[in-house]
Amino acid sequence: MSRSSTNILDRPLGRPGGRAEGSVVSLSAFAYIYSELVQYHQQRAASISELERRLESAGYVVGLKVLEMIAYRAKETKRETRLMSILHFVSSSVWKSLFGKAADSLERSIDHADEYMIIDYEPIASTFVSVPPDLGQLSADAYVSGIVAGVLDGAGFSARVTAHSVQVEEGEYTKQGGNSIPGIPPRKDKAVFLVKFSPEVLSRDAALER
Amino acid sequence: MSSPVLFVIVGKNEPLFEAEIDTSLSSTGGTPGGVTQQQSEMSTRQNYFVLHSALDLVEKSAWTTNSMYLRVVDKVNQQQVSTFLTAANVKFMLLHGGKGEEVIKNFFNEVYGYYVKVRTYMPYYLPFSNVGIITYDECLTPS
Repeated sequence: MSRSSTNILDRPLGRPGGRAEGSVVSLSAFAYIYSELVQYHQQRAASISELERRLESAGYVVGLKVLEMIAYRAKETKRETRLMSILHFVSSSVWKSLFGKAADSLERSIDHADEYMIIDYEPIASTFVSVPPDLGQLSADAYVSGIVAGVLDGAGFSARVTAHSVQVEEGEYTKQGGNSIPGIPPRKDKAVFLVKFSPEVLSRDAALER
Repeated sequence: MSSPVLFVIVGKNEPLFEAEIDTSLSSTGGTPGGVTQQQSEMSTRQNYFVLHSALDLVEKSAWTTNSMYLRVVDKVNQQQVSTFLTAANVKFMLLHGGKGEEVIKNFFNEVYGYYVKVRTYMPYYLPFSNVGIITYDECLTPS
């Protein structure tokens, strides 16, 4: 990386599309800091749900920033005003800029019209996290769900986003060569980010349909 | 008489930045002949009123277009209110006396760049907190 003595505010905001050399953070560095973040909040949280909420609020601020940043880099001066387009924006653009790949799938809940699911078979945040039995239902991807909530809320689609670790069924997800991160066995859990939109968001989107 | 220009950045509900550029006062450094202090105070109040009342129109038109630049959203007498919405629905509002579309668009784009930098580069910047020094006019607060 070239040595630059200029102030960070004087540098350009990065190129649209392609990622600049040096803008990729190594996975081990991320995992190290993330484990500290989880530990910090774990010490201060009384329950599992509080820990998840703390991680979510840490991610929320990131989400708001990520939204502005990606939109600015796209150089299109466009905003997302429709429900489906913002979901696609999250599962493709946001995922690509944060994790270097698009989310594996985006599904609509069959039972509830206001619920959508973003599924990631190799969630980065919980790559090196093994949840002890006494923490039960904790999902270490709560931080990412906070980011998603931040992006959606910032764009005017207030939603409750929760992260869930779901066991991958056999044959559901097969990727050649196992895990895309070398040296790691295939994941047993996938991360499901459940997005539940507020009623006013849905009614507004229905009104725009006409 | 050249009309003053008022620029405000509005977050979710609260102003983040306000700047009033009074072009009629800039050259002489004082009140020019004919315009008393009271009159300029009146026009300041009126400017704020026009700008803030345009907020409702912005909210209304925000969902009808997916462009960030909403052009002129409100016109009162000779004054126009141009608006620019960022991806996170932060509103840049400019009250002016009818300037060219291109000039305003360029101005908004420049401000947008600075705003995103402040927003994303500052690790301790909290969402929807003041972007800079607020020159909040005292005459607006009910005394």
